[in-house]
Amino acid sequence: MMRLDAALGDVDALDRLAAGDSPVHRLDPRAKLIATAAFLVTAISYPKHDVAELTPLFLYPATLLAVGRVPTRVIGRYLLLACPFAVLVGAFNPLLDRQTALHVGPLAVSGGWLSFISILVRFVLTVSAVLLLLACTGYVAVCAAMARLGAPRLLVMQSLMLYRFIFILADEASRMVRAHSLRSLGKHSASIQTWGSLAGNLLLRAYDRGLRVHTAMLARGFDGTLHPVRGLRWSGRDTLFVVGSGGFLVVARYGHLAVRLGQWTMGMLA
Amino acid sequence: MHMADALISPPVGAALWVASMGLAAYSARQIKPEVAERKIPLMGVMGAFVFAAQMINFSIPVTGSSGHLGGGMILAILLGPHAAFLVMFSILAVQALFFADGGLLALGCNVFNLGFWPCFVIYPLVFRRLAGGSPTRGRILTASVVSGVLSLQLGAFCVVLETLVSGISELPFGAFVLLMQPIHLAIGVVEGLVTAALVSFVWRARPEVLELTPGAPTPGTVSLKPVLTGFAMVALVTGALLSWFASTHPDGLEWSMARTTGKEELAAPTDGIHPTLAGLQEKTAFLPDYGFAEASEAEGADAEPVEEAPEQWPTVSAGTSVAGVVGGGMVLALAVLIGVSLRLIRRRRNVATP
Amino acid sequence: MSHHIVEVRDLEYRYADGTAALRGVSFRIEPGESVGVVGENGAGKSTLLLHLNGCLFPSKGVVRIGDVPVVRRTLPQVRRSVGTVFQDPNDQLFMPTVGEDVAFGPLNMHLPCDEVEQRVRGSLEAVNALHTRARPPHRLSGGEKRAAAIATALSMSPDILVLDEPSAGLDPQARRRLIHLLAGFRQTKVVASHDLDMILALCPRTIVLHQGTVAADGPTGTVLSDRDLLARSGLDLPLGVQGCPICGRVPGPTATP
Repeated sequence: MMRLDAALGDVDALDRLAAGDSPVHRLDPRAKLIATAAFLVTAISYPKHDVAELTPLFLYPATLLAVGRVPTRVIGRYLLLACPFAVLVGAFNPLLDRQTALHVGPLAVSGGWLSFISILVRFVLTVSAVLLLLACTGYVAVCAAMARLGAPRLLVMQSLMLYRFIFILADEASRMVRAHSLRSLGKHSASIQTWGSLAGNLLLRAYDRGLRVHTAMLARGFDGTLHPVRGLRWSGRDTLFVVGSGGFLVVARYGHLAVRLGQWTMGMLA
Repeated sequence: MHMADALISPPVGAALWVASMGLAAYSARQIKPEVAERKIPLMGVMGAFVFAAQMINFSIPVTGSSGHLGGGMILAILLGPHAAFLVMFSILAVQALFFADGGLLALGCNVFNLGFWPCFVIYPLVFRRLAGGSPTRGRILTASVVSGVLSLQLGAFCVVLETLVSGISELPFGAFVLLMQPIHLAIGVVEGLVTAALVSFVWRARPEVLELTPGAPTPGTVSLKPVLTGFAMVALVTGALLSWFASTHPDGLEWSMARTTGKEELAAPTDGIHPTLAGLQEKTAFLPDYGFAEASEAEGADAEPVEEAPEQWPTVSAGTSVAGVVGGGMVLALAVLIGVSLRLIRRRRNVATP
Repeated sequence: MSHHIVEVRDLEYRYADGTAALRGVSFRIEPGESVGVVGENGAGKSTLLLHLNGCLFPSKGVVRIGDVPVVRRTLPQVRRSVGTVFQDPNDQLFMPTVGEDVAFGPLNMHLPCDEVEQRVRGSLEAVNALHTRARPPHRLSGGEKRAAAIATALSMSPDILVLDEPSAGLDPQARRRLIHLLAGFRQTKVVASHDLDMILALCPRTIVLHQGTVAADGPTGTVLSDRDLLARSGLDLPLGVQGCPICGRVPGPTATP
């Protein structure tokens, strides 16, 4: 779990990237969401010992990265910060499955190691796909797409407001933490009791802010009914993108591209 | 405790997404516009509060390590079950999107594990009963700790089940349970203590904030509909998707069967309930072969999975595997090449046309 | 043109615990007037303002906006006529982008899309903030936030603008720009503020609140140079009326603060 204050800077960075312009940025967010979902489903649908078979999938994030003008280091940093999860999750596999699955030259690789690497590869693919979605679309547009694809409006509106308030409240919380640490002479974390006061104060302030926002919303005629999201326009380019991505995913999944390419190469070299 | 995409299979992810979305739609409908008008700003702010509160670390008494708030229970106390569930949904979504804490496909699972239990089950059935109408500090503490422990135990168990059904991780059921439950017992206690500290503070300072639960069902009249609907949906969709998956990937299912029982196919016992069941399934199932396999697999999973070393493993021919490695490496290199060249083309085009 | 009259008669308001916030406040504001409301902290300024848009209802007395009393049934009408700018712009900018915030009001009025678009552009242009349209609020400066908050009220085309501490937290130049901006608005303005010099520059008429009652209601020049009145009400002379801290000279009536 990344620390919020450090991560907020990244969140902002992603947001700024999303405000950029590129052919990917100009696609309808719904198209990108659908393509990303399809990609994720494909990535996790492989049998658990597949590693080489997964590699063609890398073409998708690589292309998006390039065409969407997303700096590699942003994705790289996230992956680095988040990979402990994947490692933790798969770490038992090599220990539990020691049956040799394949030989690479003199090296005997066990099924456990294969599945572990497979988990890591899946992890890299899925996390980078989501990050690219955010970097080229933005949280707000993704929410809008969800709304138009049928998610409950209340959920969407609430998600948008939550996002908006995280920045304000994180700011207040960091000021509070700073004030506390200045008076706690060396101890880094509060006791649970003190935490209760700090967080409790934050909660009450947040609550009051909620009431004030409520007043402000009422003053502008809000009565609880939420309006449909506007401004999303689906074009032929979006259909092309979705169909193209879908086609690529099918080919990648069932075409055994890696093996075929390897065999062809070895045949050529022989 | 957040599940990553890398650990789940499509049917599991999809089934729980459907369940979570269904619960979300149900919750949204339960909140009428008059109530929504007041709750929406509060929901947004309280959700953000949970994030911000996670910035404030506290030290856990005995261990000295630091921890932070999870949030499900306090949200239910502040907002009522339906609103709290929606807020948990969006919190988990933001965590998945921006903090890589949980996958996007696994979001359905995470929402169910971490949102459904505290909001719809533990809060109305346990917390409210234990805390009562006008709680003392002691009652708040008891109610919070018990609720925290129970919510996290249930959530953790669901993680085990989901991981198991997905079949990506090698951890067998017994070991996994022994790993997950105790850890989450400790986490649950801490969450309970932390929730209690928060609730006590607010109760003393501004009690009306906590009475703000007009939408919450009073204990005794809890509607089990969301619970049942949730389970029904999960079961239905899981069944449907598993059938599809099995019919298109017969190797996968038989393979996992082989893993757990050591045999490619199980011969059904000729006496007892199995022929009846098998017969029933043949009549009702679309794919009688699959139905048969499902019945045996269910039986197989009950058998001891832990000790039996996998006897049969779909043998990967040496030729294919080497080719796979070579090809895999080449594809990766190709992907990098494509990425780099696209960038270069883009840059050149930008330079050419200012 | 009776829509724009703000009339408050014997307004009383008590908090839930019984303390009186407002005790018998009465005044009448004609269309186009620009009125300052001043008073020490706790005098009741914000509470009074919240009665003007129906966010609070009086325990006793009447509030009328135009020819309509402010009651629950008339709230949609009232909120269309009265635009409120709150003390903390963060409370008012709750949508993901400034543009959506400005569109919030018109959308709630169920206006057609192109009308909403027109209003958004118009109000952002009026406050010189059109360039912030697509930006999220947390990436605006204090002055930009304030401008955006004003735009969110303007987009509903209110006849009456109610502003609560509009210059709070602004740096000197942003403050000057704000005063200049507000001076150009034709709507009826009710401005509550501690910034007495801004009131001096902006509002020909001032109401002084003290402990929930009206201590004075008259021309700003007179009210804000009455040293005793201001002292009794927990206030002080505006800097523009006091002597220059450097040379000691008292500025003439035409000097702008």
